[in-house]
Parts: sequence; structure tokens; C-alpha cells
Amino acid sequence: MALFLIACIAGQGVVFDADQVDSVVDIGEVVAVPRAEPSVRGLTALRSRVITVVDTRRALGLEPTAPHVRRAVITRQDGHYYAMLVDALEDIETFDMRPMPHVAPKDGRWSRAANGMVFRDGEPLLVLDLAKLVPQPVALVA
Amino acid sequence: MDDLLQEFIAETRETLEALSSEIVAWEAAPGDRARLDAIFRFVHTVKGSCGFLDLPRLAKLSHAAEDVLAAARDGQRMPDTALVDAVLAIVDRIGAVVEGIAADVVLDDSDDDALIAALTRVEEPVVPAPAARVAAAPRAAPRSIRLNVDLLDRMMSGMSDMVLARNELARRLRDDVLDPRVEAALDQLSLTVADMRDTVTRTRMQKIDGLFSALPRMVRDTAVELGKAVTLRIEGSDVDLDREMIEMMRDPLVHIIRNAIDHGIEPPARRRSLGKPPTGQICITARQSGNQILIEIEDDGAGIDVARIAAKAIQNDVRSAAEVAGMSPAEKLKLVFEPGLSSRDTVSAVSGRGVGMDVVRANIEHVGGRIALDNRPGRGLVITIQVPLTLSIMSTLIVAVADQRFAIARQAVEEIVKVRGEQVRIDPVGDIRVATVRGRRLPMLPLGSFLEIGQGDPSTLVIVSTRDGDYALGVDDVLDTEEVVVKPAAPAVMGSGLYAGQTLPDSGLPMLLLDSGGLAQAAGLRFQRDIIAADEATAQEAVNPALLFEDLDGARRAIPLGAIDRVEKATAEAVHRSGGHTRLIVDGTTMPLHYIGSAALDEALTHGEVEVLRLTDGETECAYAIGGALEIIQLPAEIAAATGGPVLGIAVWEGRALEILDPLVFFLDSGVADTGSVAPLCLLDGAGAAWMDRFLRPVLEAHGYRCTLTPDGEEPPSVRLMMEEDAIGAAPSEAPVVRLRRDREGLADPDSIYRYDRSALIAAVAGHARRGGR
Repeated sequence: MALFLIACIAGQGVVFDADQVDSVVDIGEVVAVPRAEPSVRGLTALRSRVITVVDTRRALGLEPTAPHVRRAVITRQDGHYYAMLVDALEDIETFDMRPMPHVAPKDGRWSRAANGMVFRDGEPLLVLDLAKLVPQPVALVA
Repeated sequence: MDDLLQEFIAETRETLEALSSEIVAWEAAPGDRARLDAIFRFVHTVKGSCGFLDLPRLAKLSHAAEDVLAAARDGQRMPDTALVDAVLAIVDRIGAVVEGIAADVVLDDSDDDALIAALTRVEEPVVPAPAARVAAAPRAAPRSIRLNVDLLDRMMSGMSDMVLARNELARRLRDDVLDPRVEAALDQLSLTVADMRDTVTRTRMQKIDGLFSALPRMVRDTAVELGKAVTLRIEGSDVDLDREMIEMMRDPLVHIIRNAIDHGIEPPARRRSLGKPPTGQICITARQSGNQILIEIEDDGAGIDVARIAAKAIQNDVRSAAEVAGMSPAEKLKLVFEPGLSSRDTVSAVSGRGVGMDVVRANIEHVGGRIALDNRPGRGLVITIQVPLTLSIMSTLIVAVADQRFAIARQAVEEIVKVRGEQVRIDPVGDIRVATVRGRRLPMLPLGSFLEIGQGDPSTLVIVSTRDGDYALGVDDVLDTEEVVVKPAAPAVMGSGLYAGQTLPDSGLPMLLLDSGGLAQAAGLRFQRDIIAADEATAQEAVNPALLFEDLDGARRAIPLGAIDRVEKATAEAVHRSGGHTRLIVDGTTMPLHYIGSAALDEALTHGEVEVLRLTDGETECAYAIGGALEIIQLPAEIAAATGGPVLGIAVWEGRALEILDPLVFFLDSGVADTGSVAPLCLLDGAGAAWMDRFLRPVLEAHGYRCTLTPDGEEPPSVRLMMEEDAIGAAPSEAPVVRLRRDREGLADPDSIYRYDRSALIAAVAGHARRGGR
């Protein structure tokens, strides 16, 4: 049994491994990063630290998150802090993680970002791996 | 036990480093008791530690060396070269073995015995050394401890966070009406934090001696290997520098010094024949200038053979012959920084192959530094390295584009110009734009539209210099300069290649640091080598602007605007007089300072500061002291010739006579870079020769030509200059003729050159001199 944070992204119920979550916050003003990877919404300051804000919807290949969405899950990956935007956060619960029922399809961005799934009252929820949602550098084509 | 071993390794390394200069000094003066004692102490300590750490091999080596050194101390053995070499070999071996232990590698020990045997070999009969006994100064216990580097780094990063947290607190409190007691406490906190930050920054600092202490030994070894005699002088070892910076500087410095010994300093015999002292000199000085450290490496060798470098560049396909031909000597000199160039035809074991000055420059620029060359062919080379004091706190320029702000490293910014008036022009060329700043054409990068955050024309150009060339970055505004703590941004941000890091300034909003080189690359800017060549033709046809100023003697004079780099104030302390020359100290370097009269300058300096015009011709810089700048005027076409000196001529302006100063005269005095070859000879011929002698000679000489009025059969001139009317009936000659006309519009002869059109004249002379003269 492990501890998970239940969240909602684009109407889909997901959970994050609590070990990956640093804190849960409402972020302040975001400064854009022109010409960076599209899922990078920008930078924000949190407790005198610069944090990269990730539009989680775009990272999943969906339409961009609405600009007013401020709720985010803070995670630390490779020494950098990221704020992953979520539509809503619900609860913290313990679950047993189950493997994914099938191999991730090539363009299935949801299942490619998932580590497995949990069942909450019989309803399946994806376990999203925050490390896989963090944008990776793309070579800029001049 | 492991801890003890680590401690031993660290200590031995440290002592070895400190010792290397002692050893060289001892070799120079084998009778020097203090040096001998220092080395004796070292081997003795090693021997002692080896005993209880159970390192038999080191014990054997150090024991043998100790015995010999003890004999030398007691006067039983004369410390001769053989002994010094043998002891050095042992000390080196101890170092190697210690490194082996640190890296957990076992080194071959088969020739240890040979090294030990060499110790007992005696070259000369034993003569008791008449060494004067020098009482060894008792060593005070050092008040210092060894710290893990990681710990220091964590402390530094914690400190930066603390500064930012304080800023945040201050910002929050500022919104409310403050209780004076809270305010006082906050002020106290700010003070303490600032103090603390300085202290913590200093913990990262190291004496630059750590960088220099290994050099005497290296110079000695390299010189011996190459059969050259070199003495090394080091000044300013107590300058502090960021520890990381010291590490980054190590390789470039070693490379530069090896180069100096290998390529620069001539063999003793050759030096003697050149009238130089047989022993070459290398002088390294370090000094702090603001938040920059300047390291100067000066040698008195042959300097760089610019012609050789240029030829090599063509041969190695680094540049085309045409490109090289169009280069000024300074540009040719800069070719040494190009990859794939070595000024020597043979690759020696010392300077090696592959690693060149291009790597040196890349390393230095990597830490935000700059490298400059001052080549004096036949007399030596001075390399100046300028690096920021620390890596983590950076001086930046804040620019605004649309509603966003970005930081640019101050180091990269050459100049900031407003887009208005006649100084700056932006021309659209298809879908790109080219900026012309005072006749200098630069590729332009409008930041707003490039980053897709703003449209419209930029109102300000920031001239940014990169490794490949300069370009004009168009921004909406330049706001401020700020010292910021720069940290790397997330990979997805850095991956764009446009940013060098992120920072949280006092505003509380994150800010990105622009990577000026990356921007240019991403925008696909191409730097043509000849773009520096000013577009003087267009500048001339339009207007002839000049700066009107009040000179120190109260008279109004004017100077062509093109020669002025900037107008600034200089403090009296920055004006330095020596040997009849007056020089102005600017940013750690000096340049000649010209002025109208000594008394007038003295008078002006009593006020504590004086305004100066910084003049540049693109290569050399000099300054001219003035009373104050008045305004920019358009010079009339008619300028009556004056009688030489710094006055070019006299023009009538607003009904008054106005002296126009000739900036070329100042540059002439400033010493023009020597091309290293014999300057081509120009014959000033015909009835107009006297005029040419007065007006064109300074121009030609400034560009590296010699002039004569009378051909002496000895040396045929490379080029003949004549007025148009004289040329018609002139006797034909070997040398090509450049014809000059009096009128601007050359209807009669399109091939002639208007006599005041300097750039065309120089181009024509240069063309003929290349084709005809040689």
C-alpha cells in the first residue's frame, strides 16, 4: 500500500505517487518563456525559488490549460522544481498499485505517462508519473 | 584509517604544490638554507606519515631523499645540479604515488631504486658549503581548517536563497504601513544578510597564488626541455578569485605559458644575436579591477608573426585568400583564435597538437571572461585575460521587450544606442534587417518579434559581442543594471538554446538570462568578416558630422564624429603621466591622452575630473581631454588647410572660424600595430605632392605605408600618387598610378579618386600595393 494524491486533469481522475509530490500550491504570476518547449507555461517564484510551470494538459497532448488555472502540484526532478498544473485536487489515500492492462500505444500520451493504475471504489484511476510529464528539451530548429 | 589516509593525501598534495616554487628557487641558489629546510621538512613529514599509514614504498623514497638532504644540510654534500635533479625526481615520484593511492591505482615501482641510486651519485668532490646559517622562521600553526567543497557550495546556495527570502520579506512588508520597530529590525536583517553574503562569497575565494604556485616548476621544466633560458616573475599572487574560476583558468594559463616558451621566447643564441638578454622573461601579473580580475602574461620573445598566421589561415582553408587580404592587422592577429591554426610549422612535444588558442579562448569565454592580445612583433606578446570575480553573481543589463524583462550579461554588451537621429539606421533587407551604427553595419535581431512576444520596431539597440561577431539586439528599452544570482533553468528551458539561466531579481518575478551567442545562432545570424569595414562611402556623400566642443583652453573646436567612441568623465587619478607621455587609465588598461596644453590640463584636473573624448579607429584607442561637449554640427565642405599638427583645417561655422581637429594625428601618436613586414612605399608625385605630403601622408602612414616625395633609385615605389592633371603628361613608370581629382564629382575620369575620399584612396593604394609592389 502506498500513499497517493488524487487529482483531476481534463475531467480525468488521476493519482500521483505522494513520494513525488513536494507540496500543493496555488501559484502566483507566471513569466512566459518564449520559444521554449510548448508545455512550459513559464516561470514563477515560490518561496524565493524559481519554479518552472508545466501545462500538464499540453504535456498530455491536449488543449492548453485555461490561463486562470493556478492550482499546481510541486515536484522536484533532477534538481529542478516544477509546478504541474491540475484542474482540481481531491484527497490523499492509500492504494495498491496495479499494472496497466495493456502496453501503451505509440501515441497514447496518457498511458505513456502512466506507471499503472489504482482502483478507488471500483473506479480505475491512472497513476501518472510526474517524472514522465516533465518536459524534456527539444532541439530548436533555427 | 581511511580518513587519515585521505587527510595525508590532501596534505601532501597541498604541500607539493606550495613546494614546487621552493624547489626551483633552491636550484637557482643551492646554498639557500631556507629552501633546503623546506624541502627537507616535506620529505621528513612524508616519511613520518608513511610509517604509521603503512606505505612502505613512499617510506623508502622519502627516507632516501631525507638522508641526502640531511647530508646537504650538514655540509657533507654540496647541493649541485645532479642532487637537485635527483631530489626533484623523488619529489615527483612521491606526488605520483600519492595520486596513485588517491585513485586506487598501483604504479610500477621497478625504477624506484634507480631514482634512489641517482641520489648518491656525486658529480663533484665534496666541498663543505660555505652556507650562511639562516635561522628558519618558526612556523605558526595556521588558523584554518579544510572544508569539503560541497559544503561550501551548499552554504553559497543557501546564502542566495536567504538574500531572496529577505527581498521577499521586505516586499511584503512594504505594502503595509510599517511599525518603526519592524522597520529597524528589517534594516538590521538586511545589513546582516548583506554582510554575511560578502563573507560567504569570500569563502569561495582563493588566493590566485593557488593558480600560480605550480608555474615556476612548469616553466623550468618546459624551458629545459626546449633548451631555452626563461625566468618567470609573478606579481599579485594575493589577489582573490573564485575557487571555481581558478580551476577554469588553470588549463588556459598553462597553455599560454607553454606557448610563450615554445613559440615566443627565442633560443639563447638567437636572442643574443638580436641584442636581447639571453634569458627570456615571462611576467605574470594579476590585479583586481572592479569586479573583474585581470591577468596579464607578458613575454619578451618574438611576438606573433601575423603574416605567418595569415598565410597559415589560407593554407588550412580557415579563410579564403580574398578574405585575408581584406583584413586589418588586428583582424589577422585574431586569426590565432581560430580552430586549426598553429603559428609554428612543426608540432613540438610541448605545445602539442590540437589544443590551440581557440580552446583557450573558449574556456575563458565559458566563464564569462575575455582575452585580448597586444602583439609587439620582435619584442614580445602581452596576453590579457579578464574574468569576473565570481561565477555565481553576475552583473547584468535588464532589457524590456513587450511586457517582459530579460537580463543580458554585461560582459557581452558593447554599447547601447537609441534608434534615432543619423547615428543609427535600420534597413529592411527582404525579411531581415540590418543596422548601421555610425557607419558600422551589423546584423540585427529584433528580440520582440524573434521571441514572438512583441511587434513593432525596437527603439533601442544593444550591441552584443559574441565569439563569432557583433550584432545589434533590438529591444524596446534598457531599464537598469543589476547584480543577480544566476542559476541554471530547467532542461526544457535551457534546451531552447536561447537562455543562459534564470534569476529572481528584487522585483520578485523570475527573469531569464539571455544567451547572446545562442540567440544569434538560433536566429541564423551570419557574421561577415568584412562587415566591420565601414560604409564610409554613404556616410561621406550625405553629411560630414562633427562634435563641437569647448576645449581646455576655452576655444571652440570640432572633431569628426566618426572618430568618437564616447564622451565620458575621467577622474584626476585616472590621468597618469610618465616619461613625457600622458595616459588615461580606463577599465584597467591605459590609452594615450591628448590635450591642447599642459597648463590647461593641469588647471582642469584641479577640479578633480575632466571630460574626455574617447576616440577609436576600430583598432587603437586614445582620448582627448576637453572642457565640455557642446553639440553635433554639420561641417561645411570647404575646409581651409591648416599648418599641420592636430589641426586638420579651419572651417567657417556660424560666421566664426572653427578649428577642426584631425583624429588621425592622435592615432598616429598612439602607435599603430606593426604589420611585421616592410611597409610599402608610396611616391607622392607631381605638382600636387606638397599638398599630398601635408594631407595624405598622415593618412597613408596611419594605414601602414611609407611616403616619399623623391624617388631614390634604391627602392622602387609600390604606388605612385598624382593629381589628375599632373598624371596626363607624366612619364610612365613601373609603379601603378593612383590619380586624384579635385572635385567630388569625377565626370572627366571615373577612375580617379576624390582627394578627400580617404577610404577609396586607401582601398586603391592597398589594391595597387598588393598587385604591383610585390
